[in-house]
Amino acid sequence: MRLHRILVVARKELIQLRRDRLTIGMMVMLPLMQLVLFGYAIDTDVRHMPTVVYDADRTAASRDLARRLEVTGYYDIVGEARGYDDIQVAMRSGDAGVALVIPARYGSDLARGRPAHVQLLVDGSDPQTVASASNTAASVIGALSALGAHRPPAIDVATSILYNPDLRTAVYIVPGLVGVILTLTMVMFTSMAIVRERERGTLEQLIVSPVKSTELVIGKILPYIVAGYVQMTLILIVGTQLFDVPFIGTISLLYLLASLFIAGNLALGLFFSTLAKTQQQAMQMSFFFLLPNILLSGFMFPFAGMPKFAQILSTGLPLTHFLRIIRGIVLKGAGFAELAPEVLSLAIILGVLVILTSVRFRKKLG
Amino acid sequence: MNDRNDADFIVETDHLSRRFGDLVAVRDVSLRVKKGEIYGVLGPNGAGKSTTIRMLCGILDPSGGKGRVVGYDIAHEQEQIKQRIGYMTQRFSLYEDLTVQENLDFYAGIYGVSRARRRARVDEVLETTGLVPRRKQLAGTLSGGWKQRVALASSTIHQPPLLFLDEPTAGVDPVSRRAFWKEIHRLAAGGTTILLTTHYMDEAERCHRLAFIFRGHVLDEGRPDDVVARRGLLAAEIDLPDTSHAAAESLRSRAGVDEIEHYGHTLRVVTHASVDPIELLREVAPDGEPRKARVTVEDAFVSMVRAEEEAVEPPNGAGPRPKAEPSPEGRGPGAPRRRGDR
Repeated sequence: MRLHRILVVARKELIQLRRDRLTIGMMVMLPLMQLVLFGYAIDTDVRHMPTVVYDADRTAASRDLARRLEVTGYYDIVGEARGYDDIQVAMRSGDAGVALVIPARYGSDLARGRPAHVQLLVDGSDPQTVASASNTAASVIGALSALGAHRPPAIDVATSILYNPDLRTAVYIVPGLVGVILTLTMVMFTSMAIVRERERGTLEQLIVSPVKSTELVIGKILPYIVAGYVQMTLILIVGTQLFDVPFIGTISLLYLLASLFIAGNLALGLFFSTLAKTQQQAMQMSFFFLLPNILLSGFMFPFAGMPKFAQILSTGLPLTHFLRIIRGIVLKGAGFAELAPEVLSLAIILGVLVILTSVRFRKKLG
Repeated sequence: MNDRNDADFIVETDHLSRRFGDLVAVRDVSLRVKKGEIYGVLGPNGAGKSTTIRMLCGILDPSGGKGRVVGYDIAHEQEQIKQRIGYMTQRFSLYEDLTVQENLDFYAGIYGVSRARRRARVDEVLETTGLVPRRKQLAGTLSGGWKQRVALASSTIHQPPLLFLDEPTAGVDPVSRRAFWKEIHRLAAGGTTILLTTHYMDEAERCHRLAFIFRGHVLDEGRPDDVVARRGLLAAEIDLPDTSHAAAESLRSRAGVDEIEHYGHTLRVVTHASVDPIELLREVAPDGEPRKARVTVEDAFVSMVRAEEEAVEPPNGAGPRPKAEPSPEGRGPGAPRRRGDR
């Protein structure tokens, strides 16, 4: 292996990359757009749910309850219902996602110190809404009943949320986004870069030249490794500056461990390049691979909530482990010792991918 | 380059063979190419030309036989061979998004032309190929002929003693082809050995020596004149007053006729040496003035291939040919063959 040949290939690749405005644009715009989308537009913590109130009691106490719910910011009272029929119409038409039913004896029961009943109806077609709505309502009503109660509840649970006390989605999403973007960039751009040589016939020319396939591959992916780190830095800077994502752990540890993740994705990109005949196929494969990553890695949906087989699949994805590493470092200040199991998993996946890819690659180039 | 032996042959193979599963792509190919020669490998598509060249370049292992290229064993010293040869594919594999100069710089780097010499060498190549005014132009925006020049310049940037050209003039206009051949002869005069494959028979005649490859093996090898002479063919042509095909039709049933071709108003016939083509033309077209014509490499090649095809699959007897006059050829009343057929 000769260093100068690797550098010659890398330099050529860099010139080509610089001239390819579309790819450069995608490399920069993709993380920025995703950041804006996830940072501003998507919020899994549902607020301002349109709510109708069916107040059969019409007392000061019942009006007080409705007002208390509204000031939490989670419920917007959009109308009054005169019965269950009204509620159903409002839900079906989508005008309301939540309905509060206060029965006629609510005020008097409360005044007499008897258990009072209220009913909260939630549109279950969106499970995220259900969780948000019922949790907030429970805490409001819980606080209210504690206030008016004559004896304290038997068990008082004190919940405190660590690392992301405001439950802001951005805090959770931004570090994860680094992993998703790196997966896409590394897999897609490297597989396309190799397939491009084959598609245009230049690979044939290189095969008869003294350049070895390892030199060619390393030279070709070097610029993309640099691009990957640039993207990661970009996302972290925008994330911490614009979305107030805290960075608690050590930056150097993150950059060090990211190299394992990047290497794994590069190996995968190379593997795809041995399967794809055209750049278009390489791109399709990359997107096909991205989908399970987004759904199963824990980027959007919690790992703990997945059924067993999905968890097994998820464990095989490099992103799953990298997400735990980057969230651990960025949000919780985790050190190497705490992350060791994830690092080990990542290393095993990398090893398997490298073996698989080099076997395929040798066959294909020779 | 200091090659190990200074023998006269820069390429030497001995019963080289290559199998792909059950298919024998190359069978018992023995070639000898002298230093400084322009050597043409001819044959239809799928004849085994590319497979042979791939083995000679050291990118495909032979399944039988042996060979030496620039003094190194093609089965075991492939890295040494790769350093010392140039190779140009028929697709002119250039990086279209790099400039002419960047392409040359890249290949100079790949072949290890030292940094100190690189600048001077690239300038020199740009100068001799007339590419100086286009050095900053993107290769993708060049015309076919210019692309070919850049590809040739790229594959000779390290001044290899041996240059392989795989169908180098496919899809290039005639003017560029001539310029290209001038360049090839200039390289040969400078001591570079050139081994090329081609479909074009007129190009075959520009080579010092030839090998005809068909179905994986060599049918004949030697100087173009010798190869043609060995085939024992004669040719004559005659100008016809009209566009009628009557004369050609009556020739078709004659014994010893190898080929009948139309060139506009001219009818050309190729026969085996036992038959005088001038006599034959006089018989079928008494009004004209038949004259002797040159037997070309193409005539020899087509005749050889057809004889070979018959040896494998005997003629099925279709067509209106009388049994009493068996023509040596097995083809039906087909149209005259054009260059690049099959």
